[in-house]
Formats: sequence, structure tokens, C-alpha cells
Amino acid sequence: MKLLGLFNYWVFAVLLMIGLYTLISKQNLVKKMLALAIFQSAVFLFFITMSKIEGGTAPIFRAGAGEQVFSNPLPQVLILTAIVVGISTMALGLAIVVRLYEEYGTIEDDEILAMDRNA
Amino acid sequence: MITSLLIGIFLLSLLVVTALAIVRASDLFSAVMLSGIYSLLMALNFFLLDAADVALTEAAVGAGVATVLQLAALRMAPATEARHRRARGLAVAVVVVSTLLMIYASFGQPTLGDPQAPPQQHVAPWYIEKTPELVDIPNIVSAVLASFRGYDTLGEVFVVLTAGIGVMFLLGGGRGKPFRGLDSQGEDGLQEHLILKVVARILIPFILLFGFFIQFHGEYSPGGGFQAGALLVAGLILYALIRGERRALAVIPPRVLLWLSAGGAFLYGSVGVAGMLLGGEFLNYSVLASDSIAGQHLGILVIELGVGMTVTGVLLSIFHAFAARD
Repeated sequence: MKLLGLFNYWVFAVLLMIGLYTLISKQNLVKKMLALAIFQSAVFLFFITMSKIEGGTAPIFRAGAGEQVFSNPLPQVLILTAIVVGISTMALGLAIVVRLYEEYGTIEDDEILAMDRNA
Repeated sequence: MITSLLIGIFLLSLLVVTALAIVRASDLFSAVMLSGIYSLLMALNFFLLDAADVALTEAAVGAGVATVLQLAALRMAPATEARHRRARGLAVAVVVVSTLLMIYASFGQPTLGDPQAPPQQHVAPWYIEKTPELVDIPNIVSAVLASFRGYDTLGEVFVVLTAGIGVMFLLGGGRGKPFRGLDSQGEDGLQEHLILKVVARILIPFILLFGFFIQFHGEYSPGGGFQAGALLVAGLILYALIRGERRALAVIPPRVLLWLSAGGAFLYGSVGVAGMLLGGEFLNYSVLASDSIAGQHLGILVIELGVGMTVTGVLLSIFHAFAARD
């Protein structure tokens, strides 16, 4: 039972490292952006896991519900805004990828580096 | 309780499988579609962990808007990955050792849902206790986001705006013609696909209506400016895909989009300055009306509107910047 309660952290660790591995080992820039999104969402999962309280509900007061247990609202606020900032940075990254493709004709970063060295 | 724990474990395992599939797919189109599924699974997990607001955002942003942007980027870049690199031994070793270390460290973490865990003891009880007294709106997440931590949210809005400006600089066509390449396109979206057209026509009004509901009901139920913005954008992108770019830009012209993006952030900042002029601190809403609670409600309503405007304007401009480039 104690072990099952730690499963979320293990998934966090595995997802974080899948993202990191892809980021360092793949050459394709779009793939790198997707990996960055996985890395980022692993952190989101970690925060939201810490906000959960056994028997709690979403932190919204319900009229006439009496004493309620709420899950922690703070990590939720942080992650909510982080998701929107995440999509903005993703869009910026993809825009840079598109511009790179227009200039170099490839989105593999080793080929781009090779072209820069030969230029 | 054990049921929801098991459902959680099932969803998390699917999440890992999907992440591995994204990494392994050499066809980038499949990788993008898989990452849409990944976001949806992540949203379900958030919902299971009581984070309704976050789940709503992840579903609208991650599964909706992000997927469309990635597909739009792939329209211009090659959609297959060149395969000429073996797995790197050093990278694998570093990653495996780090994973094992983090799993080892997890045994020192409180288990899922432990009410005695340190994060539950320190700051959060204060917010839960004081929200009815100081802000008096039911949704604590909205109260913390818009009022207690309003400064932070203002920063986030400007990050979104800055990213939008960056994309417009990289892909836009400059002053007066923000979305270049539009004139050279003769296409009319996906008009000829009858089923898509009919389904979209039924769906779009409801998506937009739901977006407005989320915007203006965000203090009472899960929602707020960020989620509403993403939902509205999802609906408008669907319109643009079905009826074509040009029709979509006739509905909301580029000039309006740019004004929405900057105007939302400006509106948010003005609320802060108005608080200062009325004798309070920056972003103190209590002085905005005669009664402190009414002032808080007014302030939150206006800044959520600002957030919604900026998110809608920026995300839609980004979409058009990608879609209009040829």
C-alpha cells in the first residue's frame, strides 16, 4: 500500500528522464520540442501529486456542504499558469524551428552544425 | 480509495507507454498525434488528483492548441526524422542512474494523499482559511491566482505576450501585414469535407459558449481567463480550419488580434495602477470599491478578463502566423 502511494513519483522520474534522454540523444528539432514538453509535464505531475490530499476534493467551496477537505490549491495555481507559459514557449520554439528550416533546409541539428562549420 | 489509486496507476502506466511511443516514432506526424493523446491522459491524471482547473487547462491547451501548432509547424518542415544515430551509451547510463536515484529518493517522500505531508502544513491552510474572509469567492484556485498571487499572474501574462511578440517577429510579415503569405493562398480550408464541415458547424458555437462560461464563471467553478482563452482559441482555430484562413481573419481581423493581446495585459496592469491611485498598493483590489469584498470581486473580474483577452489574442495570432506562412 505504501509502495503504491509512491507510484506517482516513479512515473515522474521515468517521464522526466525519457524527456531528458530524447532531448540529448535525438537530432530532430521538432522531436526535441516534443521531448521538452514531456520533461515539462513530468514536473507538472510532480507538483500536482503533492497537492493531493486523501479524501479531499477540488478546492472549491460548495454552499451548504459543511466541513470540506480540500486538496492543496497552491501547486494547482502554479501549474495552471505554467501550462499556458509552456504552450507559449513551445510556440516560440516551433517558430524558430520553422525559420531554421527555411534558412538551412533541414531540422536535424547535427546537419545544421555541419553546414555552419563548413560555411 | 483503492479504486481511484488503481485507476491512477493504470493512467500513469499508459502515460509512460505513450511517452515511449512519442520518442520512438520516426514519423513526426504520429509523434505529434501521440503527444495529443499524452496530454489528454495527463489531463485525466490531473483530474483524478483533484486539480480540476489544471485538468481543464491541460485538456484545452495541451491536447487542443499545442497539437494544432505542432501540425502547423510540420506543414512547413519535413515530417520524418532522419535515422542515423545509434543509442548513445553515455546518455543511457546517465539517464538510468538518475532515474534510479530519483526512485530511491522517492522512498523519503510522503505517500500520495498523506494529509500530514509537509506541503499541506505550511502555507496552504492559510489560503484555504482566509479566502472566504478576504476574497469571498468559492474557487480558491481562482482567488489565489487572481488576487493573492496577482503579481505572479501579471508576470505570466507578460510572458505569454512576449512569446506572442517573438513568434510575430519570427514568422509575421511586419507592420500593417502581420500575417504574410495569406494573399498567395487560394485554399478554402476543409470546406469540401462534408462530415467535418457539418460536425464543426454544430460544435463551434458550443465550444465558444463554454469558453465564455469558463471565463465569467471562473470564480464559482473551475475556470478563469487562461482556460477560457485556450477554449475560445480552440473553437476559433476549428473555424479557421474548416472555413479557411481568410474567412477566419475576416471574423477577427489581425488588428483586433494584436489589440486584444496587448490590451489584455494593459488592462491587467491598469487595475494595479488604479489600486495605487485609489490609495492602496499595486494590484490591491480592496480599494477599488467602497467595500473591500466588492472591490476584490471587481478586480478579479477585470483581471481575469485581461488574462482571457491576452491568451486568446496571443494564441490565435500565433496560430495565424504559422498557418499563413507558405
